[in-house]
Amino acid sequence: MKDSYDVVVVGAGPAGSIAARTAAQKGLDVLLIEKRQEIGDPVRCGEGVKKMSIRRHIEPDYRWICADVKGSRIFSPNGTKVEMSESISGGEVGYVLERKVFDRALAYEAAMAGAEINVKTRATGLVIEDGFVRGVNLMHLGDEYKIRSKIVIGADGVESKVGRWAGIDTSIHLSDIETCAQFLVIGENIDQDYCHFYLGNKIAPAGYIWVFPKGKNQANVGIGILGSKSGKYRAVTLLSDFLKEHMPDAKIIEMVVGGVPVKGTIEKTIANGLMLVGDAARQSDPITGGGIINSMDAGKIAGEVAAKAISAGDVSINALNDYEKRWRATIGREIDNSLMVKNTFVKFTDEDLNSLAYSLKDVNFTSMSLMDLLYALFKANKKLLWDLRYLFKDVVKNEIDFSYRS
Amino acid sequence: MVVIHINRYKCGYCGACVGVCPSGALELIETWIEVDKNCTGCGICAKVCPVGAIEVKK
Ligand SMILES: Cc1cc2nc3c(=O)[nH]c(=O)nc-3n(C[C@H](O)[C@H](O)[C@H](O)COP(=O)(O)OP(=O)(O)OC[C@H]3O[C@@H](n4cnc5c(N)ncnc54)[C@H](O)[C@@H]3O)c2cc1C
Ligand code: SF4
Ligand code: SF4
Repeated sequence: MKDSYDVVVVGAGPAGSIAARTAAQKGLDVLLIEKRQEIGDPVRCGEGVKKMSIRRHIEPDYRWICADVKGSRIFSPNGTKVEMSESISGGEVGYVLERKVFDRALAYEAAMAGAEINVKTRATGLVIEDGFVRGVNLMHLGDEYKIRSKIVIGADGVESKVGRWAGIDTSIHLSDIETCAQFLVIGENIDQDYCHFYLGNKIAPAGYIWVFPKGKNQANVGIGILGSKSGKYRAVTLLSDFLKEHMPDAKIIEMVVGGVPVKGTIEKTIANGLMLVGDAARQSDPITGGGIINSMDAGKIAGEVAAKAISAGDVSINALNDYEKRWRATIGREIDNSLMVKNTFVKFTDEDLNSLAYSLKDVNFTSMSLMDLLYALFKANKKLLWDLRYLFKDVVKNEIDFSYRS
Repeated sequence: MVVIHINRYKCGYCGACVGVCPSGALELIETWIEVDKNCTGCGICAKVCPVGAIEVKK
């Protein structure tokens, strides 16, 4: 470790590794630090991603792909099934990843691009001078270090402190976080072709249960419930109840817990000399809870903006505003749309959910886009979903498709 | 004064509690949570914990 770098990236999840790789590819001198001793472990993820989105960043590699899924099935509280499968384009749907291997593959890419990486190295504070972030304080193997840098990128996940240290309040309200638990299970009859989702206020209050195939008779079975509904019932107990009822013979070989921000876009993700990316910037999707792709997209933008700002010799908040603008125009737009959907859905009773599912029973989905599903729902249930009309105002005009980012 | 107790035999070191603490009083080190003097005992972290590892001391 040197005393100074162009960029220090805090956190080697998908956001941090892509930011470090991008900045290093642009010729910057980059340090990527990770407080854990093993990158990618423990996992805090259901590991589902869209195929075409992952390809934006890395060539798919079967070392970190566990399952190739053909579609999704959603079950309403009374068991009414809505099925979405990709029948036309031949399996262009989703992967279930092995994040432990995937996160390391991304760190490998950052290293190969020239970034220096240090594990078991925790940021403990920022170096702030004249209103500018000018480096980080670190602890590595019990010793403290002060490292200077022109830019710090905070990619430190849901537990992010980097933003707070710079005066950006990233604390999440209980109604803006899904509290989650997940078991990796082995079982005889696990469908390896479809992702399954179970809705219902009894089984998962203001959230859902997912079953994502992981190959070889395995699946990630997880639950997310809204933080404000947690307390009397815990995510982990509700998940155990589900397993007892639906998969009584499943054997649990791993347990995962975690929180996913479902807050919508936050006010500010930059300061002089600082950018926040990924879960640290609360960029996960409020309806699906997916954050892998968003954090990689944000990491890439931040790496590019860092290179531009440093070569222009201006790392002020004005120069970094380019990051803010670019992520809000893409990821941010989707997050805000999803927030609208989340705010509508958390109010639904089980009866509402059943009647919504029932209204789709004759609809045949050929694409897995969530927006397609929502639009079909909206058309069939205008009264119940009237709050979502803003989402579709453009659709009605010109049948716009929502895949502007893929 | 620290008014919460974290059962480290239960905690899955996920960091959800750190994300919701309005006072920034928590930190996830590697496999454990540390609480500092800024804790007000509001109990928000105890609600969010997916396994119920946090208890607010009366
Ligand atoms: C149960 C669960 C299921 C999920 N399922 C899905 C899913 O199916 N699909 C999907 O797309 N998303 C899913 N998500 C969300 C997804 O996991 C996150 O959005 C994603 O990991 C965010 O990436 P990140 O790089 O921003 O943060 P992280 O992956 O959390 O990485 C942050 C890193 O920073 C490190 N760090 C933190 N503080 C410091 C510090 N002070 N110093 C040094 N290092 C530090 C951490 O140790 C960590 O390695 C799920 C989340 C949970 C909890
Ligand atoms: S939320 Fe609970 S399990 Fe997660 S780190 Fe905090 S105390 Fe541990
Ligand atoms: S009780 Fe409140 S102030 Fe104390 S650590 Fe928990 S959330 Fe933070």
